[in-house]
Amino acid sequence: MPKKTYRQAINEALRQEMERDPRVILMGEDVAGGMGSPGEDDAWGGPLGVTKGLMPRFGRERVLDTPISESAFIGAAVGAAATGLRPVAELMFVDFFGVCFDQIFNQAAKFRYMFGGKAVTPVVIRTMYGAGFRAASQHSQCLYPIFTHIPGLKVALPSNAYEAKGLLIQAIRDDDPVIFFEHKAMYDEEAEVPDEPYAIPFGEANVTREGDDVTVIAMGRMVNFANQVADKLAKEKIGVTVVDIRTTSPLDRETILETAAETGRVVVVDESHPRCSMATDIAALVAQERFADLKAPVKMVTAPHAPVPFSPALEDLYIPSPAKIEAAVREVLAFQG
Amino acid sequence: MAEITPVVMPKWGLAMQEGLLAAWHVQPGERIEKGRELCEIETSKIANVFESPASGLVRRLLVEPGTTVPVGKLLAVLAEPEVPDPAIDAYVAAFEARFASEAAEAAASAPQPRQLEAGGRRIRILEIGEGGVPLLFVHGFGGDLENWMFNQAELAARRRTIALDLPGHGGSAKEPGEGDVPALADAVVAVLDALGVERAHLVGHSLGGAIGLALALERPQRVASATLVAPAGLGPEIAMDYIEGFLAQSRARKLRPVLEMLVHDPKLVTAEMVENVLKAKRMDGAQAALERIAAACFAGGRQRWLARERLGALACPVQVIWGEADRILPVAQAEGLPATIAVHRLAATGHLAHMERAAEVNALIERFLD
Amino acid sequence: MQLSRDQLLHAYRQMRTIRAFEDRVHEEFSAGNIPGFVHLYAGEEASAVGFCMHLEDRDHIASTHRGHGHCIAKGCDVGAMMAEIFGKKEGLCGGKGGSMHIADLEKGMMGANGIVGGGPPLICGAALTAKTLGTGGVAIAFVGDGGSNQGTTLESYNLAKVWNLPAIFVIEDNGYAESTASSWSVAGSQVGRAAGFGMPGYEVDGHDFFAVHAVAREVIERARNGGGPSLVHVKFARYYGHFEGDAMTYRGKDEVPRLMAERDCIDLFRRRVTEAALLEPSELDAIDREVAELIDRATAEAKAAPMPSEADLLTDVYVSYH
Repeated sequence: MPKKTYRQAINEALRQEMERDPRVILMGEDVAGGMGSPGEDDAWGGPLGVTKGLMPRFGRERVLDTPISESAFIGAAVGAAATGLRPVAELMFVDFFGVCFDQIFNQAAKFRYMFGGKAVTPVVIRTMYGAGFRAASQHSQCLYPIFTHIPGLKVALPSNAYEAKGLLIQAIRDDDPVIFFEHKAMYDEEAEVPDEPYAIPFGEANVTREGDDVTVIAMGRMVNFANQVADKLAKEKIGVTVVDIRTTSPLDRETILETAAETGRVVVVDESHPRCSMATDIAALVAQERFADLKAPVKMVTAPHAPVPFSPALEDLYIPSPAKIEAAVREVLAFQG
Repeated sequence: MAEITPVVMPKWGLAMQEGLLAAWHVQPGERIEKGRELCEIETSKIANVFESPASGLVRRLLVEPGTTVPVGKLLAVLAEPEVPDPAIDAYVAAFEARFASEAAEAAASAPQPRQLEAGGRRIRILEIGEGGVPLLFVHGFGGDLENWMFNQAELAARRRTIALDLPGHGGSAKEPGEGDVPALADAVVAVLDALGVERAHLVGHSLGGAIGLALALERPQRVASATLVAPAGLGPEIAMDYIEGFLAQSRARKLRPVLEMLVHDPKLVTAEMVENVLKAKRMDGAQAALERIAAACFAGGRQRWLARERLGALACPVQVIWGEADRILPVAQAEGLPATIAVHRLAATGHLAHMERAAEVNALIERFLD
Repeated sequence: MQLSRDQLLHAYRQMRTIRAFEDRVHEEFSAGNIPGFVHLYAGEEASAVGFCMHLEDRDHIASTHRGHGHCIAKGCDVGAMMAEIFGKKEGLCGGKGGSMHIADLEKGMMGANGIVGGGPPLICGAALTAKTLGTGGVAIAFVGDGGSNQGTTLESYNLAKVWNLPAIFVIEDNGYAESTASSWSVAGSQVGRAAGFGMPGYEVDGHDFFAVHAVAREVIERARNGGGPSLVHVKFARYYGHFEGDAMTYRGKDEVPRLMAERDCIDLFRRRVTEAALLEPSELDAIDREVAELIDRATAEAKAAPMPSEADLLTDVYVSYH
């Protein structure tokens, strides 16, 4: 099977869905780039080149560069979705949601409910998240818990290139609004990705490692860190189950609870801040539903309650690392009740 | 000087680039006979026992259990006691130095599957080997050409071999047509036509076995012989809980017990094997194609295409291989066949006899073709 | 362009229906029969009707929190609207939206909107759909004078212009954003803002149905023909408070009675068509009676209709969610 980067997988998903369905359009700041400028057309293909080549393939009518005007174009994507298109809008960095959140959480998320089930809003908002890029406080946040909090939105966090293609195709075909989180530090990571289109259903967690001793529940880039830890500890005969939840909304409660109960020792790894996070959400879920099966308190590994720092020295300390995950696994393993 | 025999991580099928050495079945200082169980290896497709390719005294085991190593990596060294330890160590060092460059070369020259147009649709095939009447492998429901990973390369040493993905499966177009056995048999003939193959020896598994039977009966001029591994078409019974579970389950943890029905020893089903089945099912059109094939072939929970009454008309040599612990198609369906059909029942073997007992099945096929 | 008899009758019936609907909602709210917030459109009818008379189901509008008039003018069912405002299961949105969120996408009505300035980006999207799919449709955002100061609105002017969308921004300026006078809160002028974005801008007397109707025709035709967006500043007054229960202490003492006596859009319409002998007073009286019956019936049915049940609480959050 061919190896492709996370970036290529996302580009391929967009291309194949645009070929399949003429209602799929792209919009965003510099998704092609060079609009109205004297130099090259398709100059950027997105700030990190993810959408490169799609404008030459599909034309300016379907790959729309926008002004830097997130309220207007995210809202336009929502309105277009409610009236018959299937737009994929790129909110360049999730940190920018502050200027357009109304259109996402008051409009897109609520149309269907407020309008008594008569609205369908198949919009996808692709956005970059995550630390590790030395991009500092306003370009490095995770923020997916905020979107997860809103009923009416679905939230996907692909953990590798294979997942990215399948989850994005599902997002585009999904009839509900989907916020699609791409980790900016993963665009060059490769995985085997089939050439053919395929969709990964939402709300179905992926168990990436199986072990009998500790269950690590993770999402996005943290899945890879958790897998590294599981592989390392396997050599010490410590069995670690790793669950990639794939989507924070819907959440695969069944797999989380089953795998938590099987080992009785749970670590939740979440790159976002610790308060009101996926880590607290999943920890509370496990504690409420499987208390009797737990052999140790649920341990959370998260970023701290602080903005993302700029200095590499500080940012490296900030990110939940494989070492921190490993320490947490050993801690729950050592716990004697 | 006495001989030193290397044992390396085998390459089972085109997808295999590395294997996990799960456990050794011997200790250094023990003697092993060729064909006896040396170790357990897990691959992306299935876990399997690795049978020693040679006889000898085990002098070194070079890979810790639980370690994943690339194909071709030195696993063990066999040599008689007169070979001194320093000579063994020098051999190992020289082998490992050579390994990196050779592995890269081998990977580059490995045969790759390709797609061709046959019968108006895209079909993926893998050809290995040259010469003689070609040997054609046809997989079963939900499988693909990689199901023959333990068989094709081995049997390709002496002849041209072709494995294909049936319509709706693997890398072939997800267009199964009517989806019944005659329609799938036509698709296989179209592949032979596209390749210019007049006649072939067929090896078919399960639904692929029924396809082999259909071709042997309806197109006798195209079929030189047929080896049928747990074939469909010999009785109405089929484990529909397998078919339905295979179609319905989209989570690995739910699919695993379904796939475990395929084998005698459930440990053979690896996490990656389950994941690969899920990946195949997720391909656009795959689920619908599989549902159509299941509806056409197994409507009402019974096999719809049956050849038992017509077996007397078979013109080519036919052998049947069946695992006695088959939970998908009962081995009792191998009973009462015409005496001209040789039946080989394998003990402690499930539905995937060609994977679970690859060496035995390969030997049966070699002998049959001779 | 002269309107036909049928068009005139239709326009009158629509305006009268909105007025009667709003007057009834005012009564029922005052009597404590309607839950939540309601914001009434009485006095502003000429704007909704003057624009929507040019529209078809393929055209979309986005409304404001003061949305009943736009809904009726765009063809939403009056009985289902009334039931919605009473929070009933038969309501247009199953009782889940209420006054501020009445919508009917089949009619091209993208919803009243509880967020001031929420609508303009959405109609850019509807206009983009029309342009991309070649439906020939247009999209109109009705925005209050308060909403005209929101960034979403100003960003939408820019986007509609740079994408050359079939979009129209109708600034319905009733003089007050809540209790704050638009003469104070709006810097510059609405038409000047349009000019700043390179859009044609118009100011029109919103009490004069015929003036609104004429401007609406021009801007809608321009949009339909690929000429891009326009802005229309409609100036008029509302008769009721910002919301029901608003004592309107910020308004002049005789402001509303004088407006109702001298500048009521329905009275002006009536006087003009009867003086010109285009319609008979008796025809208009007949419409008044029919509308009164319609509203009586809608109100009685809405009151009698069942409330949604617990089974409805969690439906329609998503199309599917597992």
